Amino acid sequence: MNIGDRNHNLSVELDNIPLRNPTMLASGILGISQSIFERLYRENIGAVVTKSISVNPMKGYPNPTVIPLGGGSYLNAVGLSNPGVDAFSKELSHNKSIPIFISLVGSSEKEFSKMVKTFDGLNILGYEINLSCPHVSKMGMEVGDDPEAVNKIVKTVRMNTSKPISVKVGVGTIDVVELARVAIDAGADIITAINTLRAMSIDIETMMPILSNRIGGLSGNAIKPIGIRCVYEISKKLEVPVMGCGGVSSWKDVIEYMIAGASAVQIGSVLGSSGPKIFNQITKALKNYVETKNLKNISEIIGIAHKY
Amino acid sequence: MHTSIDKRRIVRIEEIVPETPTVRTLVFRDDLSYGAKPGQFLMVWIPRVEEIPMSAMINSKKGYAAVTIRKSGIGSTALFERKEGDLIGLRGPYGNEFVLGKNYKKILIIGGGTGLVPLLRLASYASEKKLNITIVLGARTKKEVFFEKIARKLLEHDRSSVKTCTDDGSYGLKGTTVSMMSNLVRNNTFDCVYTCGPELMMKGVVDLANQNSIPVQASLERYMKCGIGICGSCCLDSSLVCQDGTVFNGQQLSKILDFGISYRDKDGQKICYS
Repeated sequence: MNIGDRNHNLSVELDNIPLRNPTMLASGILGISQSIFERLYRENIGAVVTKSISVNPMKGYPNPTVIPLGGGSYLNAVGLSNPGVDAFSKELSHNKSIPIFISLVGSSEKEFSKMVKTFDGLNILGYEINLSCPHVSKMGMEVGDDPEAVNKIVKTVRMNTSKPISVKVGVGTIDVVELARVAIDAGADIITAINTLRAMSIDIETMMPILSNRIGGLSGNAIKPIGIRCVYEISKKLEVPVMGCGGVSSWKDVIEYMIAGASAVQIGSVLGSSGPKIFNQITKALKNYVETKNLKNISEIIGIAHKY
Repeated sequence: MHTSIDKRRIVRIEEIVPETPTVRTLVFRDDLSYGAKPGQFLMVWIPRVEEIPMSAMINSKKGYAAVTIRKSGIGSTALFERKEGDLIGLRGPYGNEFVLGKNYKKILIIGGGTGLVPLLRLASYASEKKLNITIVLGARTKKEVFFEKIARKLLEHDRSSVKTCTDDGSYGLKGTTVSMMSNLVRNNTFDCVYTCGPELMMKGVVDLANQNSIPVQASLERYMKCGIGICGSCCLDSSLVCQDGTVFNGQQLSKILDFGISYRDKDGQKICYS
């Protein structure tokens, strides 16, 4: 069976970009190596989002940075470790066929502008602006919680590229729909919802916080209902394409996010137990669902829940 | 889904064995580590300092295991300096394992430094199966040779042998493990070669085995943040040391371009071995 058959009836459009199927790699997971992206593509992933890239390389926090909590949930404070814009543009320089969104993180318009200028000549689909990392100061959510900063950064990226821009929002102090509205008004095309949620875990034997940063972001099964709610509200109220993200561990979760209004669905934490082959397994099951439900295409289910 | 190996266990260091001035073995009780397969690793938490991947060392007592640490970075130095009675955390064991073929009769084990940890666990399994085992134990110089006694004890009932070599000839034979291997494979037929140690040494062993068409397996080491296939820090080409390894065979390694060439730093940049 060739790749085309594997994706029969699974193609979706994301702001006019055709994807062979709605599965994507969430930012922050395995996202620094072109060879890994190629492996994921062989596993039939629809598209990948890279780790968030900053102007300068970042080492991130000391370990522990990732904690499996049990029940398919995870806590992390990696600290946005990444090789920086120059090394990463070199990493992607030979990309031919992998559909890639580059995730960008920064604290000023100048930084975003520099990164987009460097990356824009690469063979990539577009950008995802990380305005919601909950555990690094002056970046991510500290920017996302300031609507004026969001407006300026999205406008800056917009001025420097004609490629699609998604803004990744999270659950911070500003209502997620309002934040998404600010991003769209400033020129974003797509919203990614949601990022991890601020959380903490303490070891009772040593009586110490486990993460070196003490506080991190919660991902995995525990946050899925919150993600579903945010995708439902954003896609219903703003009528914009949404990439759903948060606690997707099976094909059923992909379907639920799409019914809530997501055009594509990002998958992350579950790779900690399943490995890259999960994309092949999920897309097989999605195809089966489409056939069982007698759909012409999986995109027919996007936002069906808005009726209710 | 969540498996019990992910659940963090807090264990007390019950015994500290000095191996060299810069290497110590810390012994603790933990059933999961006791049952670790050769090549599997633990994520060892040094509270409020670091969490580092470490191969699970064997211990003679049932239900016990250990980690053997060489003092170098912040995490390893902090672990090296722990005292008896101190608490550390463990997750795992994670990763795949060295495989002993059903028909194997005679194997060659080549280790350098703390790379001997998974190999001694392998030797202990192989010795139970009554295989003929040759262990080559390499170091730069005499004072860096350790684990010789435990290796000899593991093999005392067999026709097996332990050979030592040092780069400067201050102990055992003078020469590298690779030159020793070269002599051994000329005069013996081994069913498989197993190696762990500095990557450039393993590269030499794997290349020599591949040239001589001897099956070979190597346990690789990389910086890791998560140990479970999320962070991507441990990738060589498209393989992850934590999930696809730590053990790779000669055929796989001959196709991995990063092997013996480069690794990823904490920020994910590729760094070349010099």
